Amino acid sequence: MQYETVIGLEVHLQLATRSKIFSGSPTAFGAEPNTQASAVDLAMPGMLPVLNEQAVRFAVMFGLGIGAEIGRRSVFDRKNYFYPDLPKGYQISQFADPIVGRGTFEIQLEDGSTREIGITRAHLEEDAGKSLHEDFHGQSGIDLNRAGTPLLEIVTEPDLRSAEEAVAYLKALHSLVTYLEISDGNMAEGSMRCDINISLRPKGSETLGTRAEIKNVNSFRFVEKAIQHEIERQSDILEDGGKVVQETRLYDADRNETRPMRSKEVANDYRYFPEPDLLPVVLDEAFIEDLRATLPELPREKRERFVSQYGLGEYDAGVLAASRALANYFEAVASDAGDAKIAANWVQVELLGRLNRDEKDIEDCPVPAAHLAQLIQRILDDSISGKIAKQVFESMWNGEGDADTIIAAKGLKQVSDSGELEAMVDGVIADNPGQVEQYRAADEGKRKKLVGFFVGQVMKVSRGQANPQMVNKLLAEKLG
Amino acid sequence: MHDQTVAQLARGLREKRFSSVELTQHLLDRIQQLDANYNSFISVTGEQALSDARRADSQLGNGEGGPLTGIPIAHKDIFCTEGVRTSCGSRMLDNFVPPYNATVVSQLAAAGTVSLGKTNMDEFAMGSSNENSYYGAAKNPWNTSLVPGGSSGGSAAAVAAGLVPAATGTDTGGSIRQPAAFCGITGLKPTYGRVSRLGIVAYASSLDQAGPMARTAEDCALLLNAMAGHDAGDSTSTVREVPDYSADLERPLEGLRIGLPKEYFGDGLDAATGQCIQAALRELESLGASLVEVALPNSALTIPTYYIIAPAEASTNLSRYDGVRYGHRCADPVDLHDLYTRTREEGFGDEVKRRILVGTYALSAGYYDAYYKKAQQARRLIRDDFLACFEDVDIIAGPTTPGPAFGIGEKSNDPVAMYLEDVYTLAVNLAGLPGMSLPAGFVNDRPVGLQLIGRHFDEARLLNVGHRFQQATDWHTRKPEIAGGAA
Repeated sequence: MQYETVIGLEVHLQLATRSKIFSGSPTAFGAEPNTQASAVDLAMPGMLPVLNEQAVRFAVMFGLGIGAEIGRRSVFDRKNYFYPDLPKGYQISQFADPIVGRGTFEIQLEDGSTREIGITRAHLEEDAGKSLHEDFHGQSGIDLNRAGTPLLEIVTEPDLRSAEEAVAYLKALHSLVTYLEISDGNMAEGSMRCDINISLRPKGSETLGTRAEIKNVNSFRFVEKAIQHEIERQSDILEDGGKVVQETRLYDADRNETRPMRSKEVANDYRYFPEPDLLPVVLDEAFIEDLRATLPELPREKRERFVSQYGLGEYDAGVLAASRALANYFEAVASDAGDAKIAANWVQVELLGRLNRDEKDIEDCPVPAAHLAQLIQRILDDSISGKIAKQVFESMWNGEGDADTIIAAKGLKQVSDSGELEAMVDGVIADNPGQVEQYRAADEGKRKKLVGFFVGQVMKVSRGQANPQMVNKLLAEKLG
Repeated sequence: MHDQTVAQLARGLREKRFSSVELTQHLLDRIQQLDANYNSFISVTGEQALSDARRADSQLGNGEGGPLTGIPIAHKDIFCTEGVRTSCGSRMLDNFVPPYNATVVSQLAAAGTVSLGKTNMDEFAMGSSNENSYYGAAKNPWNTSLVPGGSSGGSAAAVAAGLVPAATGTDTGGSIRQPAAFCGITGLKPTYGRVSRLGIVAYASSLDQAGPMARTAEDCALLLNAMAGHDAGDSTSTVREVPDYSADLERPLEGLRIGLPKEYFGDGLDAATGQCIQAALRELESLGASLVEVALPNSALTIPTYYIIAPAEASTNLSRYDGVRYGHRCADPVDLHDLYTRTREEGFGDEVKRRILVGTYALSAGYYDAYYKKAQQARRLIRDDFLACFEDVDIIAGPTTPGPAFGIGEKSNDPVAMYLEDVYTLAVNLAGLPGMSLPAGFVNDRPVGLQLIGRHFDEARLLNVGHRFQQATDWHTRKPEIAGGAA
C-alpha cells in the first residue's frame, strides 16, 4: 500500500536573553558546571521566579514574525514531574494560555515551490538542567547552568509530509529566528532542539494514523535521518498487518535508529495548574506595536525583494535571503560592484561553496564584501578574466589582501594591449603550421571548433591573462 | 522590661533607661530559664543578637535609628535567615542554613531590630496546634497542657511568655490569627501582596502572607511599617504605596460600620467564646461604631475550598525537597527512586504527607476539573461575598476561632476536627483580605480572640480599630503566670 507521512514538529528554541527567564543568572553556554546557577535556579527554599521581560519581547517578536495571534493575557503554569535536573520538581511553562497563538509559516523546497505550514502555538518555558552520567563513580552529576534558560516551544500542525519538508521547515525557522535575533539558533549547543511527531496513513485517507514521538533531535541531518528511519519502521509494521504503538522514542544517531524510551522516562500526568508565584502576562496594544516597529525585514520579504529589485530567480533569492548576514553581504557586494546578478552568482557559487568546504559561517568569512565587490569590478572592466578572478578569489580567501593588491602582486592583469597580444598570436600561428593548414582548409562550421585550439595556446602563453575577446578577434583576422 | 510593649521599650531605649544590650541579654536569659516550659524557640542566636544590640546602642547613642532600633524580635522558623538554620519545623530542613535573608528579615534588620532567634512552628506551616513540629510541640504559656495554636505557635507563645516583645509569623489559613487568639496577643495578617514572600519557605503560594505578632495593635503597626512594601523579587507583591500605619491609630471610631456575618455566630461557635465576642462588640459600639448584620452566604464552601487549593499548591511547592541539592537525604540510596521515596518518607511528617497526597490527587488528570478548578470558582464566590459586604460596612468582626485553646493531644488524631479550628480564618486568606486577632476576654482562663477583617489594603483601619479597642480594654495587658517565677 502507498502511505502518506504526516509530521508535526515541536521545536524548543533557546532565546538569546542575557539572563535566565526567572532569575538573574547568565545564560552563556559552556561555563563550568553549576557556576551559572543562583538560589532561584537551585530552587532553594523561599526563592521566587521573576519573569524576564526580554523573553516576553522575544516571544512576541516571533509571534509577529509569523503573523500569529499574540496572547493578550498569557498564563504560566506548573508542569509537575520529578527529575534530578528539574530542581523545583516542576517546570514553569505555559499550558492553556500561551503567549503566541495560531499562525502560519511558509517554507520553500529545493524545487523553489513553497508551502504554508500551520503553527499551532508557541509558549514560553524554562529549560531544565543536565544530568551527567560519566565520571561520578556510578552516581550521576547534575549541572544546573542550563536550568532556567528561556525556551520558546514552537508547535506545528501535522502539516509536514516528508523529511525534506521537515528540514525545510527547520531551516526556515532557523532563518527567521536568527533574522529576529531572538536566538543564536546554534543547534550544536542545543539552542534548537526538536521533537518529531510522526505517523503514516494510507494515501488519500483523511484520518491520522497512530503517531510516535521522537524526542530531542538536535541537528537538521539527524531530523532527516530519524524521520526516514521512522517512516521505514512504521511502514514495515503496517505492511505486516501490525499496529503502530503510540509511544515516545529516542533517536540514536550512532546506530541510526529510533528506540522506545523506558516507560519510567515518560511522565504521563503533569498535573498542570496556574503558577501562583507569577502574575498573568498582560500585553497592551502599545507594547505589541512598539515591537512590531522594531522588526527587521524578514526572510520572506527579503526574498521577494531580491526577486523584484535584482531580477534574481526565486530559488537563488531564497538561498541568499536565508541568512540575514549572507543577505547583507550579498547586498553590500551588489551595491559596490554595481551588478547584482554577477554579485549573486559569485556569492552563491564561489563564496558559499568555499564557506561550505571550510565549514565556515558567513560571519567568519575571511573575504570582506568590499573586496569581493572590487574583484567583480575587475571582471567587469576587463582587467581580469572570470578564470583569473577565481584564482584571485582563492588568494583573497587565504588572506593575501584585496583584489587589486593580489592582481598587481601576481601580475595577473589581463593583457589587452593589442601589440603584445598580436605578438603572442603571431607566435602561436608560427609554431603550429599543421593546425593552421587544417583550419584554413576547413569550412565555417569546423573552423569555429578549431579556433579553440589557438585560443587555448595563446592563453597558455599568456598564463591565462590574455583578454579572450581580443584574442578571438586577432585570431580571426590572422587566420583569415 | 519583658512586660513592656515595643512602643514602651522604644521610649525606654531612646530615653536611655536601659540599653538594647541590657534588654537583649535580659530576654536571652529569660529564654534560657523559661523556654524549656514552652519550647517556643527552635534556635536562639544569642551572640548575633548581642552584636546587633551593640550596634543598635551605638546608633541610639548617636541619636540615630528609628522606632524599632534596638528592639528584640524573633522570626518564625519559616523565614530564611542568612547563616542561621531555617528548619521550617521539619526534619527535611533540619540541616538547612540559607545563604540569604528573607526580604522581611532584611527589612526588619534594616529597621534596627535585634533577632533573638527562630521560633517553633507546625512543619511547613501545616497545622493549627504546633504539634506537627519536628522539634516537638510548643506550649501555651497560659496553661502548658494546652496548645498555643499554629502554625505560628512558637511566635505566639514567645510573645505571650514575655520572652520577646514581638515576632514575625506567617498566615496561610489563620496561622497568625489563631495562635494570637489562643495566646492572648495581637496578630495581623496583611492583605495578600502587602508583604514580600521572597525568602519565606512556601506552603501555599497564593495564600501565604507574613505579618507581625505582638501584644498590641500599636506594636503591630510599628512592625508592619518595616515589613510592608513592594519587592521586585516577589512578582505578587504590590507596588501600592505603604502608608504610615502608626499615623491613624488614634482616629475615633464614630461612624465606623462593623459587619457581623451571621455565619460566624452560628452553631459551631462555643457559647462562652461567643459571649466574649459579643461583649467586645458592645465595647466597640460604645466607642462609636455601629453594628450591622451581614451575610457571607458561601461560607460553607470555605473549608473544602481551602483544603483543595492549599494542598494542591503545597504538593508542588514541596516537590523540591528531593534530597538532591540540600536538606535531608536518606542514607545510601540504591537508585533515584529510592533516593526520592526514602528521603521524603523520612524527611516529612504525617500532616505534610497527608496534604501532599490530597493536593496531588486534586490536581491529577481526571480530577482537576472536579476539585482544583471548582475550588478556584468557589474561591471567587467567597471573595465576592466579602466585597459585597464591604459595600455596606467598613470592617467585619467576629470570633477568630470557634473556641479557646484545646489540650495538647486532644485533636491531633482527628485531622478534620483540627481543620475546623480555622473555619473563621481561612476565608480571609482565600479572599486575600487583611485580618487581625485581638485579645477579647477569657473562657476558663483561656484567652479569646476577636477577629477584625478589612478591605483589601485597609490594614490601617484594622490597626486603628484594634488600638482604640485596646485603649478601652485591658485584655491585651493580662499576662499568664510564668512558671519558675522569673520576674
